[in-house]
Amino acid sequence: MVPFAGYEMPVQYPAGILTEHNHTRAKASIFDVSHMGQVSLHGDNPAAALETLVPGDIAGLAAGRMRYTMFTNETGGILDDLMVTNVGDYLFLVVNAGCKDADIAHLRADLPGGSSGGRSGGIEVEVLDDRSLIALQGPAASAVLARHAPGADTMPFMSALPFEVDGSRLAVTRSGYTGEDGYEISIPSSDAVRITELLLVDDDVALAGLGARDSLRLEAGLCLYGRDIDEATTPVEAGLTWSIGKRRRAEGGFPGADVIQRQITDGAARKRVGILPDGKVPAREGTEITDADGTVIGIITSGGFGPSASGPVAMGYVDSGHAAKETPVNLVVRGKPRPGRIAAMPFVPNRYYRGQE
Amino acid sequence: MSDLKYSKEHEWIRLEDDIATVGISNFAQEQLGDVVFVELPEVGKQVVQNGDAAVVESVKAASEVYAPLTGKIVEVNAALEEDPELVNQSPTGDGWFMKIRLSDASQLDGMMDEAAYNDFTASQS
Repeated sequence: MVPFAGYEMPVQYPAGILTEHNHTRAKASIFDVSHMGQVSLHGDNPAAALETLVPGDIAGLAAGRMRYTMFTNETGGILDDLMVTNVGDYLFLVVNAGCKDADIAHLRADLPGGSSGGRSGGIEVEVLDDRSLIALQGPAASAVLARHAPGADTMPFMSALPFEVDGSRLAVTRSGYTGEDGYEISIPSSDAVRITELLLVDDDVALAGLGARDSLRLEAGLCLYGRDIDEATTPVEAGLTWSIGKRRRAEGGFPGADVIQRQITDGAARKRVGILPDGKVPAREGTEITDADGTVIGIITSGGFGPSASGPVAMGYVDSGHAAKETPVNLVVRGKPRPGRIAAMPFVPNRYYRGQE
Repeated sequence: MSDLKYSKEHEWIRLEDDIATVGISNFAQEQLGDVVFVELPEVGKQVVQNGDAAVVESVKAASEVYAPLTGKIVEVNAALEEDPELVNQSPTGDGWFMKIRLSDASQLDGMMDEAAYNDFTASQS
């Protein structure tokens, strides 16, 4: 167990990170991600209100669908990244554990009409701290969940549905952080252990910890807030421009819109890229990236061993002139430059559910 | 009980004449988790007691391995290049790291035997 954002979290269970990682790609794993913040926004048009704080197209989000976006600051930096679900008559947000207190304060202070009291005409910011969150991830996840929640197997990727399982009301989204098909399941905390144990009865399901969560998301090319993105990186630099809809790009109306719109048009000076070290030496967070002349052109923000990639994988920021795929670079590990190259992400193909074949 | 000696930095030492074979303990490999890469010193390199000698990379992190004794590297375990998981599978056998020709065998006097080392790790966890 290690302290993580104020929680005691398992880095690994007895099986170990490699086994947990491989099991997730082969079958299905459950991750306890209850440390993440769950928030609901009720009131008159919460989508329009939230759009003043995020660049994502929230107004265009159909009922039962979800979207990845980020809170931005006035310089276009990222305060946190989050998932927003349109539940129908309210919005459901999942935010990072380390940012949740700041996010909630931000929503309450800066959301137009925001308040904690839910006064008439305003937006009520409700912190769902009586709910737990587990992620069920892997190719067996849909068959496993459908045994308890019939219909979960045909939910589209990035959609949400409520289910009642064993007397407990679950809010299920088909989403995740591993690059695999899977679900995030919000459960009343009093039922969380029981529901988790119910899913674990299945032979295909095992528990996985933070270590495997990190190696899986790294192979999937997904950002970790605080490492790959932060207040000093913009969505454009981070390669997250895809998350900003056409209307929002044109209209702006979110913090830092001028910076972000200009970067979308003119390009950013640096870019988040995938990096494949040659050989076997992992290039970890903080590793300097240099060009052939030894000039520093960037830094690794996440790096390690990719069990499914069968070798070291990394992501980081480089000056845009060096960001083209296959560009040779050097990675300075323990004072020694070691060759690598800019590579496409994900390092392992995504296997999100794309509907019945 | 084995003839191994242990350092407080979780290396084991097996002495034959003036050559010490060195690796990391079973306790250390359990703490590190799955080993994916080992960076070994060059043969011929002089190492000093408690100075840097090797680096072991697990899925979790990179960790320094210190030379438990002063001397000259006379051989390294080339098998670890292809099969770093030997460190997990056989930490005190096929997963050895390096052989050091000792400069000062009296440095071994400060090392723990297996029973003392087991007490030491029990007090740490």
